[in-house]
Amino acid sequence: MNAIQNANRPESADAPTSNACKLCSPLGACLAFKGIEGAITLLHGSQGCATYIRRYMISHFKEPVDIASSNFTESSAVFGGWDNFSLALDNVIRQYRPTVIGIATTCLSETIGDDVDGFMRQYKPPQDLPAPEMVRVSTASYRGTHADGFAGAVRAIVETFARTGTPGQHVNLMPGMLSPADLRYMKELMVDFSLPPVVVSDYSDTLDGGAWSEYQLIPPGGTRLDDIRSMGSARASVEFSSTADASASAGAWLQEHCGVPLRAMHVPMGVRWTDDLMTALAELSGLPVPDKHLQDRQRLVDSLADAHKHMMEARAVLYGEEDLVIGLAATLSEFGVMPVLCASGGRSGRLASALRELGPQLAEAMVMEGADFAEIEQAAVALQADIIVGNSKGYSMARRLGRPLVRVGFPIHDRLGAARLLHVGYRGTQQLLDRVGNALIQAKQDASPVGYTYM
Amino acid sequence: MIDILEQRKSQVSLGQTHADGIACDKASLAGSVSQRACVFCGSRVVLYPIADALHLVHGPIGCAAYTWDIRGAVSSGPQLHRMSFSTDLQEKDVIFGGEKKLYSCLINLIDRYKPKAAFVYSTCIVGLIGDDVEAICRRVAAEKNIPVLPVHSEGFKGTKKDGYAAACDALFKLVGTAEPEPCELPRVNILGDFNLAGETWIIRDYYKEVGIDVVATITGDGRVDDIRRSHRAQLNLVQCSGSMTRLAQRMKESFGIPLLRVSYFGLEDMSKALYDVAEHFGDKQMLNRARQLVSREISAVLGQLEGYRAALEGKRAAIYVGGAFKAFSLVRSLRTLGVKTVLAGSQTGNRNDYQQLRALCDSDAVLVDDTNPLELAKFVRDLGVDLLIGGVKERPIAYKLGVAFCDHNHERKEPLAGFVGMVNFAREVYRSVASPVWRIVRSAPPAGGRP
Repeated sequence: MNAIQNANRPESADAPTSNACKLCSPLGACLAFKGIEGAITLLHGSQGCATYIRRYMISHFKEPVDIASSNFTESSAVFGGWDNFSLALDNVIRQYRPTVIGIATTCLSETIGDDVDGFMRQYKPPQDLPAPEMVRVSTASYRGTHADGFAGAVRAIVETFARTGTPGQHVNLMPGMLSPADLRYMKELMVDFSLPPVVVSDYSDTLDGGAWSEYQLIPPGGTRLDDIRSMGSARASVEFSSTADASASAGAWLQEHCGVPLRAMHVPMGVRWTDDLMTALAELSGLPVPDKHLQDRQRLVDSLADAHKHMMEARAVLYGEEDLVIGLAATLSEFGVMPVLCASGGRSGRLASALRELGPQLAEAMVMEGADFAEIEQAAVALQADIIVGNSKGYSMARRLGRPLVRVGFPIHDRLGAARLLHVGYRGTQQLLDRVGNALIQAKQDASPVGYTYM
Repeated sequence: MIDILEQRKSQVSLGQTHADGIACDKASLAGSVSQRACVFCGSRVVLYPIADALHLVHGPIGCAAYTWDIRGAVSSGPQLHRMSFSTDLQEKDVIFGGEKKLYSCLINLIDRYKPKAAFVYSTCIVGLIGDDVEAICRRVAAEKNIPVLPVHSEGFKGTKKDGYAAACDALFKLVGTAEPEPCELPRVNILGDFNLAGETWIIRDYYKEVGIDVVATITGDGRVDDIRRSHRAQLNLVQCSGSMTRLAQRMKESFGIPLLRVSYFGLEDMSKALYDVAEHFGDKQMLNRARQLVSREISAVLGQLEGYRAALEGKRAAIYVGGAFKAFSLVRSLRTLGVKTVLAGSQTGNRNDYQQLRALCDSDAVLVDDTNPLELAKFVRDLGVDLLIGGVKERPIAYKLGVAFCDHNHERKEPLAGFVGMVNFAREVYRSVASPVWRIVRSAPPAGGRP
């Protein structure tokens, strides 16, 4: 077998989704809006959407996540949601004093055809309070997944606020759905290259912040609105995605409308793609790769040698957002691990081709787009997986299979420190190497009757 | 500085205010950031623990994804309820209708998992595109020969309470469709306990010990066939009255089964739940057995509780829970531990509930209906709260402010019901409040530089 097997479920199939490997698009938008300083999100639809998404995100980040709802009633569904929309905005402004309100729609308001852009023009904020800026993204939950909602919101933020101006020294970064630790790493890295970063979306503080002596209406942190405005005059944009469509890419928009050159890159996971990132940043800055990061690389490379025997030919099941799965596959195949199944609930249509470019270790991998956990589990059994790498929703599968689960990405609902997990760069690769390697070592140690104390 | 929204002020009593009681039983205020979910959520949480039924969410993926394995409602047998099934409607389904997909999903899942019944939850979108869910359910029921029950839980058609009602209506269609084995003992149904961390089992054992047969547990560790036979019970014991009173009322009207409100949280309420049942049946021996059980269990836990009380005396608690009835028990349980309740509130309490709560708490206690994170944060600060009791969404409010928190909601892993549950509760309160981390959380970092 030398072609990638493709097991995509046709979109038209009237089959149920059993234990979804995706979330709805409004969740992605809510996450992206958390990365603007002083912003609060309003979901235009039923109360439940906001509450469910809050609960889901709080369980992962363990931080307050306030999301307002226009709280549709039957009459809003019949006569349109304007009344609730304007009342909700009034109350959000009164309570939270936001500088920005991110508005995302739900299936309900999308289907009844509320003209949210018209609503936003029509709306008059309370006169006694400063009027916030507004940005909105269309996120009907029957279209795409949370990954699409996230990308859509990032694009909407950039389209709404970015303006051309006197060219600056700063560099835009659209890193996609990374962890707060990843975002901090990326900012540190760019500063080390003397490239002032403007990151959209940067929720590294708002969703991984400190304790408060006074309750904060909106958690501190996030990218300042003025900085977002300046994105149109940046030196360049760096955008991470292996599957993004130009029509959904914020970087492509900035290039087209503001003439900001775009460096579209894979999510920098693994040695090779991190090397590519370092090369790109070195070119942009005209500076050599900082010594500190070269040392990270040296330690990582040295530990690859230490780890390789534990990794070689281990059969891995990977799942999650498509970009994450591609990044994991790139990383693990550098370790010698064989990704035998790469699955996502998303359906960009680009997962298989991106994986194919990774080389011979992916040759036999089964690729599933539009997959759910019932299908992933069935395939994982057939493919005799040794290890599972993905979010915590694979736990029950891993438990039934008796295989270790290395938790990455979002959500992680059953462990501490999800926000502190690092996935990108040499350090993220190092963390992944140690965690995957140790999981394999532990599985071997636990399975042995001897009780080895040296492994 | 946090202000309470003008339109919310009728739902917040600052102690002596609102002599006629606070406003309640209304839709959440748009933009207020209610802690409530929606109609669908109400139905889903109530029916979720029925372990041998198929639960199919008809709608886009979110509603099913966010309720996958959402409650720690454990089952002694089948685990089908812990799966998340969705028709995962796509744009074309919204345009052309989702009936065909619903039919095909139901057939597929029933063939695969052989459930005893299927619940089909309508979500917002289904209420708009006009799928005839009833007709599809009838058709599949006839073809597969199991009950297939539509749950009218479109998210926007009311509040979480309407979702409870929709769940009760779906359940009621099962009641009386099968007959139990004959039994000599007095028979009851346990309504409104969801077997979080195995709590229903504890309660069931208590009743068994005093000589009562439990026909059906609705819905904790629930089984379709038990619910079908539940009309043969002589008494319905209703906890979590907000969610289950409607079912009990309908069973009273149709089958003449009386109902009794009970709570299994705290020593007082747990004892009362046993005595009330014995008194209802007018059975002296049963009452004696109940007394023996209560005195044995209480003497087993009293020593431990006294130790905790000594450590907790004088602490101040805020309670914000889904149903008000739970709040009553919590106020009493906290009092047993020497902890004063300075704020109490619920998502779905009614007028009566808040009057009772007002009578139960000290006169200066703050009462809130359908509150929001900022109000909670304000009161946690202003009232000098040492402990917040609530669910996942309330937790970060407490932790950010360096205040202890106890989960009295879906995610608890230790049973808090029954006598043994009271010790678990006391232990959790103690371990939360007495943890050394709060001193560090509230401490200032080193300033550095010159003094």
